[in-house]
Amino acid sequence: MHQGQKSLAMKIQLQPRVLAKQASPWIVPISLLIVWQWASSAGILPGRFLPSPRAVVSSFVELSASGELWMHVRVSTLRALSGFVVGGGVGFLLGLLTASMHWAEILLDTTIQMVRNIPPLALIPLVILWFGIDESAKLFLVALGVFFPVYINTFHGIRSVDRGLLEMGRTYGLSGWPLYREIILPGALPSILVGVRFSLGLMWVILIVAETISARSGIGYMTMNAREFMQTDIMVVGILLYAILGKLADLLAKGLERYWLRWNPAYQTAR
Amino acid sequence: MPVTCSSAEIAAADERGSRGVSVGIKSVSIAFAGRTVLENFDIEISAGEFVAIVGRSGCGKSTLLRSVVGLETPQTGTIIVGNVAEHNGKPDVRVMFQDSRLLPWRRILPNVMLGLEPALIPQARKVLAQVGLAERANDWPATLSGGQRQRVALARALVHDPNLLLLDEPLGSLDALTRIEMQQLIEEVWRSRRFTAMLVTHDVAEAVSLADRVILIEGGRVALNEVVNIPRPRTRGSARFAALEERILGRVLQRRPVVEDQW
Repeated sequence: MHQGQKSLAMKIQLQPRVLAKQASPWIVPISLLIVWQWASSAGILPGRFLPSPRAVVSSFVELSASGELWMHVRVSTLRALSGFVVGGGVGFLLGLLTASMHWAEILLDTTIQMVRNIPPLALIPLVILWFGIDESAKLFLVALGVFFPVYINTFHGIRSVDRGLLEMGRTYGLSGWPLYREIILPGALPSILVGVRFSLGLMWVILIVAETISARSGIGYMTMNAREFMQTDIMVVGILLYAILGKLADLLAKGLERYWLRWNPAYQTAR
Repeated sequence: MPVTCSSAEIAAADERGSRGVSVGIKSVSIAFAGRTVLENFDIEISAGEFVAIVGRSGCGKSTLLRSVVGLETPQTGTIIVGNVAEHNGKPDVRVMFQDSRLLPWRRILPNVMLGLEPALIPQARKVLAQVGLAERANDWPATLSGGQRQRVALARALVHDPNLLLLDEPLGSLDALTRIEMQQLIEEVWRSRRFTAMLVTHDVAEAVSLADRVILIEGGRVALNEVVNIPRPRTRGSARFAALEERILGRVLQRRPVVEDQW
């Protein structure tokens, strides 16, 4: 009873501070939103430059009710993820190969480092020439962009695995796959996940550009199509969708980090 | 069990209860980048013996231990661990390093289980209990103290029931009290299992309290080969202990020439 009263008193005392701490990151965006809505309603901000937040919300509701929005989101997400799986997968395997085999590093690493310095988006004219504007072009661009962060971080991660642990593993008779499973891959994982997070961000950037230039569906196409008809509200919906999807991808990567690296005190959440 | 064993041989083996194997190191030379670490090095260690190797930093004592387990390859000479008469098949050699080298991404029990079949979980739990850490089986290594980590490393080595245990300054980074505790634990398991043990240390008192024989390496050669004739359990305060420790330490530091047969 006494204990309960005490903790309740503490709760009341703490609550405003906790609330303030949780709310403070949202003060700036919400104020901006209020100012934006006010400027639109007052006629300071013409609708053909930037629609009011209310117009954006209503067009979002309209588009999702008709199912058109989800069709585009589905197409874009599928493109992004398949590009990520292909590019990330190849990057991981090649990183594994060049980090593990000296001959592979000598043979491939210089070439990969040269290609890395070409921005994937600079290849768009060539890619359109090669693949046309169908799915394979976008898959190729996303995969290429995602490849390098995963490759470099896998390579670096494997190379920086604790020598002492490798030595210990060998004295316990580990070699081949068990050595990779027990020591090399878990040791490289923090670095690999940094690469994954980096490439998830890059994945959307490349897809946006690819979709706005050449596509017949997807969020980028929806946005570009809206431009033709000066539908600024739909354009803003598209832009916000990218922001949300990007944030979701990052949350996913963060969740993986938190789960896979839970042994690491640096990633342990305070409980 | 070979049928040809005479009853006397079996009795001898039983008396020792030995898992240990002999180690023969013959004219081993090791050099790194032109600098000779060990030169024409010879020692013989008999099965079940506890040998401590002391010497100044960089005298090659760790290199010697690492070459026994194959982490270094001698330029010349041979190292033979075990012989057919003592052991069938490849002898099991385990190392305990100065840093525990636990896998930070595996919990304690899986760390002890490294390289073992899942069927041996009860065995691993038993050994973990033997080093006093049964209740930490599901913790991450990062949550353990330095001394506890070394105890897990010891359990990981012991669960294989090794024929030869190599201890590469395993207690070097522990505080004085934990050190003494660990020394007692190591002596205890060695006495109950009778594997062969090679301990590299620069703590002469540690060498004298644990080993049957103390070997001093200097200039890549054996400079002193001293049998410790003090009955176990040894007390550090005793006069014989102190005299022997002083003598070996004096020789390491070259304070005065070795006085043969002091007592």
